[in-house]
Amino acid sequence: MMQEPLLAVEGLRTHFSTEHGIVKAVDGVDFTIERGGILGMVGESGSGKSVTGLSILRLLESRNATIAGGRVLFDGEDLLTKSAKEMREIRGRRISMVFQNAMTALDPFFRVGDQLVELIRLHQRVDRRTARAKALEALELVRIPEPGRRLSSYPHQLSGGQRQRVIIALALACGPDLLIADEPTTALDATVQKQIIDLLLEVNRELGTAILMITHDFGVVAHTCRTVAVMYAGRIVEAGDVRRVLETPEHPYTLGLMRAVPRVKSGGRRRSDRLHQISGSPPVRMADAEGCAFAPRCPEAVQRCSTAEPPRIGFDAGHSVLCHQRLPITEAGRVSA
Amino acid sequence: MSSEIITSSGPATSPARVAGWQRRSQWGLAMRALRRDKVAVAALVVLVAVTLVAVLAPWISPYDPLVGDPRARLLPPGTPGHLLGLDGQGRDILSRLMWGGRYSLTVAVVPVVCAALLALVIGMASGYRGGRRGEAVMRVLDVVFAFPIVLFAIALAAVLGAGLVNTMVAVGITLVPYMSRVVYTSTVQESAKEYVEAARAAGATDLEILRKQLLPNVLSPLVVYGTTLAGLVIVLAAGLSFLGVGITPPAPDWGVMTADGRQVLLEGYAHVATVPGLVILVVALAFNLLGDGIRDALDPHKQTS
Amino acid sequence: MSAPDVLLDVRELRKVYRTPAVLGRGGSEFVAVEGASFTVRRGETFGLIGESGSGKTTVGRMLLRLLDATSGYVEFDGYEVLRLAGPRLRDLRQRMQIVFQDSGSAFNPRLPVGEQVAFPMRKFRLHPESEIKSRVVDLLEHVGLWADQAQRYPHEFSGGQRQRLGIARALAAQPDFVVLDEPTSALDVSVQGQILNLLCDLQDERGLTLILISHNLAVIQHMCDHAAVMHEGHVVETGSVDELFGAPRSDITRQLLDAVLEPTAPAG
Repeated sequence: MMQEPLLAVEGLRTHFSTEHGIVKAVDGVDFTIERGGILGMVGESGSGKSVTGLSILRLLESRNATIAGGRVLFDGEDLLTKSAKEMREIRGRRISMVFQNAMTALDPFFRVGDQLVELIRLHQRVDRRTARAKALEALELVRIPEPGRRLSSYPHQLSGGQRQRVIIALALACGPDLLIADEPTTALDATVQKQIIDLLLEVNRELGTAILMITHDFGVVAHTCRTVAVMYAGRIVEAGDVRRVLETPEHPYTLGLMRAVPRVKSGGRRRSDRLHQISGSPPVRMADAEGCAFAPRCPEAVQRCSTAEPPRIGFDAGHSVLCHQRLPITEAGRVSA
Repeated sequence: MSSEIITSSGPATSPARVAGWQRRSQWGLAMRALRRDKVAVAALVVLVAVTLVAVLAPWISPYDPLVGDPRARLLPPGTPGHLLGLDGQGRDILSRLMWGGRYSLTVAVVPVVCAALLALVIGMASGYRGGRRGEAVMRVLDVVFAFPIVLFAIALAAVLGAGLVNTMVAVGITLVPYMSRVVYTSTVQESAKEYVEAARAAGATDLEILRKQLLPNVLSPLVVYGTTLAGLVIVLAAGLSFLGVGITPPAPDWGVMTADGRQVLLEGYAHVATVPGLVILVVALAFNLLGDGIRDALDPHKQTS
Repeated sequence: MSAPDVLLDVRELRKVYRTPAVLGRGGSEFVAVEGASFTVRRGETFGLIGESGSGKTTVGRMLLRLLDATSGYVEFDGYEVLRLAGPRLRDLRQRMQIVFQDSGSAFNPRLPVGEQVAFPMRKFRLHPESEIKSRVVDLLEHVGLWADQAQRYPHEFSGGQRQRLGIARALAAQPDFVVLDEPTSALDVSVQGQILNLLCDLQDERGLTLILISHNLAVIQHMCDHAAVMHEGHVVETGSVDELFGAPRSDITRQLLDAVLEPTAPAG
């Protein structure tokens, strides 16, 4: 018997109305995350990866954004049909989110401990003392040195890395089943980034918290995820096992990105071998757009790419791409982590 | 057709294009953006209309604003020949309002403009590489800041004496610390940005940086603030006149008119104070709404080409 | 004495920020850069590596006299940079330019970009006024933009395009030395490649000497010949990039290398 996945997103569409017309920020996205799984969602700015995360928690509504279709099945229940009150109970307690900006995600006027206690008491009927004990536990969990003292620190007294740890502690305080981490390390120095990523992996391993890792950095994906979904202009253009996708990317976009990134360890200099370049910049997908969104930048594009919807082509082991120019090997699979 | 927003239009080089690349000035763009803002346009129309009426008052006002008919005292609005009624001395309120615009609008605009110029000098000099000395200047202004604005203006006006010019001087001095603070803050903010460093790397002198790089960026918040302040100043000047330390009767200033109306208010002749009061309200509101509109219009991100 | 192929010689460069004593309370000192020394050869790309707060950006600013050094010695092509003043400093500024990280504030939001690119040309009197516009247009096209974009305002450009503009503005002065301060760290990966390639092309074409300030070791590895690693204001290691990355001598360099997350699947 297959266990029901923790999160199953089906045909999710999120549209923004702008003065230029409707923008399809998320345009039919499907993926699943198993209990304890980690899915990497990677893409450039405007690819729709963050909007996907926000749509799952329904944090976008009323900002001229509408979820235009699809289902978000969390533990078998569709979050898109929940009331505002039910969503409030799910957010923070069952699904929580970690944002990029460690500076603004904490309230500068309250002590770290008070912010943790308040959050814990919002979701759990416990007295202050129990909540405080739980807050301490949360800080210990994220390996903050001297957690007892840190409870009474204000956010500005912490370093960037410590602040991000506090934010993760806040996210984990109520023991969520799913953590949506939206660029959790982007603002941090590389050495700190490594520590935060190791921390997230540890949390995943020890608490079984499933993670949706949203990032623009293939390096982060390679080191955290088992499965990856590459987003471009609101769609998942390639997905599958991390090693498979990174080693033998099939979609021209993924292929281009992998060749465009300079590397450190694979040696071989440089200058002489120019970086592969993808011309143009990431687009915004308008409602009346047709064909493959990558076609204008794609070196392999042919006539039909700009007129017809690209099909999803499946390869082995759940590897799939959204492209006209690839030959199918198996039935199109679903992205699953 | 696939349609995607791309920030740039297609390649097109022609001598005409090369020649015309400074065509779209900042102010031209701002005016275009302002025109799209219906509220701001309405406010502007009100202010232009009021100004025109004030300028043309000698020719279009139906009666002499200073000569009343003692037999026709306090007739209510709607009296034949006197649309807005007559005041306590039998003077036509409409005519007085028309003439009064000359005083009230002058008092609103002149001190704001003068204070703005002074504030630009003080604020930019202290904000740009001013360091501790600049900070010291602002601290001194803060002391003035801490004084209640109306009380300060009253005290100044009392020292200088009543009258149109003295009222303007008093109001102007009162505004300087406020406006300097706005200029100082934006100067400090803007001069920390990289485009200022880029200009310095390109050999720009401090004066060039102040004039060419900082001034346009400092001016916009000041224009917005000044416009909004003009609304406040109308009320402030009216208040000074009302208290007898501003413009002196029998001049038909709107504040003076409101003060006149006070004496007969309790006798049941509300219109004498209410009508000029409403005019003050509308004009002050128009300045504020226009200020909001200008703020949006000057925001480069909201101007679309 | 500097070897003839050395363009820039930096010795014991130091920057200390002091807060003076106020009302009897003692002032404090913050050392941003402590004794940085390195040399940059003519025509090479020199990397300044470090994390935030390491002082690498401060060094870049001091070399260009955008920030006053507290002490130290900088020699650029025989000139003592830190001592120059007046017209000679201006001549030097023409030869040394900077490209900023695209943070949205590298360009004046209220001036058409063409004006801003034209500014160094006018300031240094590089061309007669009648030629300036066509020179700006040439330059824009050279860095991959279009002529009619000269009249646009900075916010109308994408991040990658703004970075091309930043490069155009730096080149407008016809420098032989350019400091690139995190030129691609705010850009999307697909655009980063375009900008790095453009920089390499321009360097080959014009024989530029570059200092590339970056925290991204992969970018340094791709672009630079030599590099200095900075940490908390100190230069902890200098050398050829191959040496630095192949056999790091300092713990800091090793830590930085260990933290690199390569986009290749981990074994196992």
